[in-house]
Amino acid sequence: MSLLELDGVKVHFPIKKGVLFDRTVGHVYAVDGISLKVEAGQTYGLVGESGCGKTTLGRSVLRLVDITEGSVVLDGTDLAKLPSEEMRRFRRRLQMVFQDPLGSLNPRQNIESILSEGMVAHGIGKDQEERREKIKSILDKVGLPSNALARYPHEFSGGQRQRIGIARALVLEPDVIICDEPVSALDVSVQAQVINLLEELQEELGLTYLVIAHDLAVVRHISDTIGVMYLGSLVEEAPSDALYAEPKHPYTKALMSAVPVPDPEVEDRRERILLIGDLPSPANPPSGCRFHTRCPWAQAERCGTERPELRDVGGGHRVACHYTEEIAAGTLKRTTGEVVPATREGVEDVPPTLPEQAEKAEAAVGKAEQAAKAVRADEVRATDEAEKSPDAGTTEKATAGTAKTDTEKADHVGKADVEKADKAEKADEAG
Amino acid sequence: MSLLTVDELTITFGGHGRKESRAVDGVSFEVDQGQVVGLVGESGCGKSVTSLALMGLLPHKGVKIGGRAAFDGTDLFTMSPSARRDLRGSQMAMIFQDPLSSLNPVVPVGVQVTEILERHRGMKGEAARKEAAHLLDRVGIPDPTRRLKEYPHQMSGGMRQRALIAMAVACAPSMLIADEPTTALDVTIQAQILELLKELVDQEGTALLMITHDLGVVAGLCDQVNVLYAGKVVESAGRRELFTHPTHPYAHGLLGSIPRLDAPRGEALKPIRGSINDRIAWADGCAFAPRCDRYELGCLTGTPPLTEPRATGHQVRCVHPVLDDAKAEEVPA
Repeated sequence: MSLLELDGVKVHFPIKKGVLFDRTVGHVYAVDGISLKVEAGQTYGLVGESGCGKTTLGRSVLRLVDITEGSVVLDGTDLAKLPSEEMRRFRRRLQMVFQDPLGSLNPRQNIESILSEGMVAHGIGKDQEERREKIKSILDKVGLPSNALARYPHEFSGGQRQRIGIARALVLEPDVIICDEPVSALDVSVQAQVINLLEELQEELGLTYLVIAHDLAVVRHISDTIGVMYLGSLVEEAPSDALYAEPKHPYTKALMSAVPVPDPEVEDRRERILLIGDLPSPANPPSGCRFHTRCPWAQAERCGTERPELRDVGGGHRVACHYTEEIAAGTLKRTTGEVVPATREGVEDVPPTLPEQAEKAEAAVGKAEQAAKAVRADEVRATDEAEKSPDAGTTEKATAGTAKTDTEKADHVGKADVEKADKAEKADEAG
Repeated sequence: MSLLTVDELTITFGGHGRKESRAVDGVSFEVDQGQVVGLVGESGCGKSVTSLALMGLLPHKGVKIGGRAAFDGTDLFTMSPSARRDLRGSQMAMIFQDPLSSLNPVVPVGVQVTEILERHRGMKGEAARKEAAHLLDRVGIPDPTRRLKEYPHQMSGGMRQRALIAMAVACAPSMLIADEPTTALDVTIQAQILELLKELVDQEGTALLMITHDLGVVAGLCDQVNVLYAGKVVESAGRRELFTHPTHPYAHGLLGSIPRLDAPRGEALKPIRGSINDRIAWADGCAFAPRCDRYELGCLTGTPPLTEPRATGHQVRCVHPVLDDAKAEEVPA
């Protein structure tokens, strides 16, 4: 039995019009039938682009928005049906960490007051003295000094404020913490600190997380299971590694391919699937498969009429696509969209001149008289080596990687590089 | 001769009885035709201020700009304001981070695009409208004639950014400055916009100065990357060199703290401790020293110079650079 189970959760917001009568003219289908299970002590990551309903789903678990349909079961209790007073008491076990650390902390309350407010409301601790002790130990856990108690939110940096937000959730000893974009407002170096903190706390306190974020790399890093959302529904759900190794839904494929990897070696080998257009409006979602208007593999029949169910395709991998198997087998051809290399074609790939290689490069300059710049000559040398490397196999260790990718690139880049290679040969002859 | 040469650019705010704060402190770089140069750094490192200074968009009062910046041989900072206006938009153009706040909300997009054509290319009426539609079409906005009549709020974020790019390329500028052009966008839309920028550079030979905090974007786009910290370039190298051998402890730490999509799961990130607020003045030593794992007393004797400790063309501002990964592991965190 899972700790938190969502079954067919729907959150629809009415669109109202008119002054006197407030007619409902339609609905925004923010969350439209989501079922998922979060296991105790694990992290479930929800990814999706803005407007896909991931934040609304997170808030609906806490009943911060009303659930239109479906059930949210925490430890055997259906939260969707709880009377509001009982729900209020239940929220001790479900806490949330918000995206904007400054916006979610009251600027006129000091840290002690912010952290003890929840404890007072839930009757934790006999007196303020006892609560303060508890707060101090939590502050220590999240890496804040105990003199922070008397200070105000504006006195802290972004990363520290997010630590306060995490501490506020922790003081109530919750079972599940819902983190809504916990690191997106932070700088990269600070982001890593907070991610590590979340992981350490999970290990130490056995916490269960539902992490909501748009950054696939972050979600993959911290989650055991990942659910990918598109326009209010889950399109794919899989264990973190399986999802990365083999994304099955076309949307997940496109999303994965669009995330840039900070490594030129990897980027040179990757391709991007470019989706056409933007996210359709959740007030008027497309019929059938929600993704069929942008899907590169969309078919004329079924996709536009029949909404695919999330179905198990083995290994805990669930996909909502009619044609998963065909796409995986390569029998289905792409109809729209474009696949482009991740790296810019004309990118200048000057291999570094190491001190011991500098002499050689200088010699090369002397040889190739036409080559005006030292860099150019160096580029020439690399292309030349790249041509030889497959059969010679004696390329220097330092340049082996570069030379190899150069050859790979030359295969598909075409004209510009062929010319470059021609030049290289000429230069070599001249020398 | 490079298209844009920035030499020892210094930007200081304050003065006149207020405490001075130096946002940019002696930044030098060059951008060639058809080249993409990246300025990378976290918030507060001075990257956006650099771009605003180059475009002449900083207020005159309360800002002191030092150093030189030459565009196509002419000094940008000594130019007359009217010459600057002629240059801006026609030969140098900028793409801003937030497309909603950089477009006028009460004017249709079409009017905003034709405005540039009228000012710089002397086009009028129907001809300008036609050209505007052509521009929107070129940046991939479907149904451009209808879109020209729409207001910015009627467009999606990606569409607005495309409109902004259309305005920037309206006069076929030889230099584009993109300040975090994809930060406000979703990844799939980011991929579309990056593709558009790549095409501009490769097909038109536009020089691009890419300002971003996202090292992933840099990896696939830039020829040359400059890493900024507290207003100074701390490392400058070709993209391949920078990513395979990050030599400044800051660049090294930055790469270690990014969760990578392709990294094996369960591998802990190695964050840089502290935050940008923990820094010392460059005059006293290395501004990064308080956060650095390789800190030694030698780090506090004046500004470290830019040197080439590893390879030529790879400049690093550090007294104790990370010269190979094995060594970096040994240093206790």
